[in-house]
Amino acid sequence: MAAFDFDFTLEQGEFTLAFKVHVDARALALFGPSGSGKTSALEAVAGLRTPRHGRIAVNGRVLVDTDVHVNVPVRHRHTGYVPQDILLFPHLNVRDNVAYGRRAGNRPDLDVLVDLLEIGPLMNRRVASLSGGERQRVAMARALYSGPDVLLLDEPLAAVDLPRRRRIVDALLGIRDQLGVPLIYVTHLPEEALTVADWAVLIDSGRILAEGPPKQTFESFESFGMFERRQSERPARSERLERSERS
Amino acid sequence: MTAEIRDIAIFTTVAAIAATALMLVPGVAVAWLLARRTFRGKSLVETLVSLPLVMPPVATGLLLLWLFSRRGPIGALLARMGIEVVFTPAAVVIAMAVMGLPLLVRTARAGFEQVTRRYEQIAETLGAGPWRVFSTVTLPLAARNILAGAVLGFSRALGEFGATIVVAGSIPGRTRTLAVGIYTFSESGQDQKAAVLLAISIVIAFAAVLASNWLAREA
Repeated sequence: MAAFDFDFTLEQGEFTLAFKVHVDARALALFGPSGSGKTSALEAVAGLRTPRHGRIAVNGRVLVDTDVHVNVPVRHRHTGYVPQDILLFPHLNVRDNVAYGRRAGNRPDLDVLVDLLEIGPLMNRRVASLSGGERQRVAMARALYSGPDVLLLDEPLAAVDLPRRRRIVDALLGIRDQLGVPLIYVTHLPEEALTVADWAVLIDSGRILAEGPPKQTFESFESFGMFERRQSERPARSERLERSERS
Repeated sequence: MTAEIRDIAIFTTVAAIAATALMLVPGVAVAWLLARRTFRGKSLVETLVSLPLVMPPVATGLLLLWLFSRRGPIGALLARMGIEVVFTPAAVVIAMAVMGLPLLVRTARAGFEQVTRRYEQIAETLGAGPWRVFSTVTLPLAARNILAGAVLGFSRALGEFGATIVVAGSIPGRTRTLAVGIYTFSESGQDQKAAVLLAISIVIAFAAVLASNWLAREA
């Protein structure tokens, strides 16, 4: 369980992202249509974007507080970040990618990570030879091995084909429960928010439209009409929606 | 092949290697600065670095002669330390390095610009400080271009003529390089010596191109 304490504004192209969430959660899902500001919010926590104004704290550790001119450098933030484009270092093999972060602190045992993310057979592979799901798992291992206080993931299922998504979801659950590393992840898939997150934040055009337990928030997601908007883009969605509604 | 010819070939190759070594660190540093930083006087640095590429080499040589002569700004400083540059092998190396530098900087800069900044950002999220980011992410990802730039710079150094002859002359057994030697010999009617040096130039050029192609494949 982590105390997320966010209240900041960020310039984001045409609009200003206003992000205010105060919650104790194991996994926080930011969801909304593309271009809504979800990724910007995540990158603000990681330190890759600087809020114009406000405060970012995780478990009481202040990362940004513009009132007192605090802006912790990226490398001291202890925020593991897996971007949507994953960005494994192309000149290193899987093992060297995973071992890149070597920050002292609460980093998990390498063997535990390898087991949990099932990357044992991949360790000596070149990253160019990995599938989307494999890349995702290696990137999660790399971020976790640096001993982060929180793991930030941008669309962790986007690069993974449907049959292999379950494996990533299981990995996320393992990170959350076995390793006890809190998660913040960005998604446009409501069912991801349902399975992994215990708090969901719905964003559109830089504003938080709703937040709460995923199921209720998911219903408001529907009522905002965003789901219909996306349904036409992804025909496979409808059956999965039915499944998640039944469960 | 006479000892004279052999010595010219060896001296030229060693001087070109020394010139490449001399330009490598400042060249890579300037390339990185131009690719990654904005600072006052950036366009001045850009222009200065490219100048030897556009100026007549003889003019660059004259400039170097003035800078390094005993009354020149750098030469006076060195003279106080008892170091003489003009018309010494050191002048050959400096002329070669100055003429090769623009090629190294331009190629390495393009290499740095190709490295996605996001890789560097990810390294930072993993706790890497600026030097570690540079040495373990930026530099290896730009390595191919830096290597290509170094080979270009080396090749340019190998064939350097205009700046060398002004600042180092053509002193037998001391500052005479392949290019300068070919000119000196053919001017003084020693056509056979000139022809041998020409053949050696062709062999070295072949070897350099082959090596650079091989490096490009392996890197």
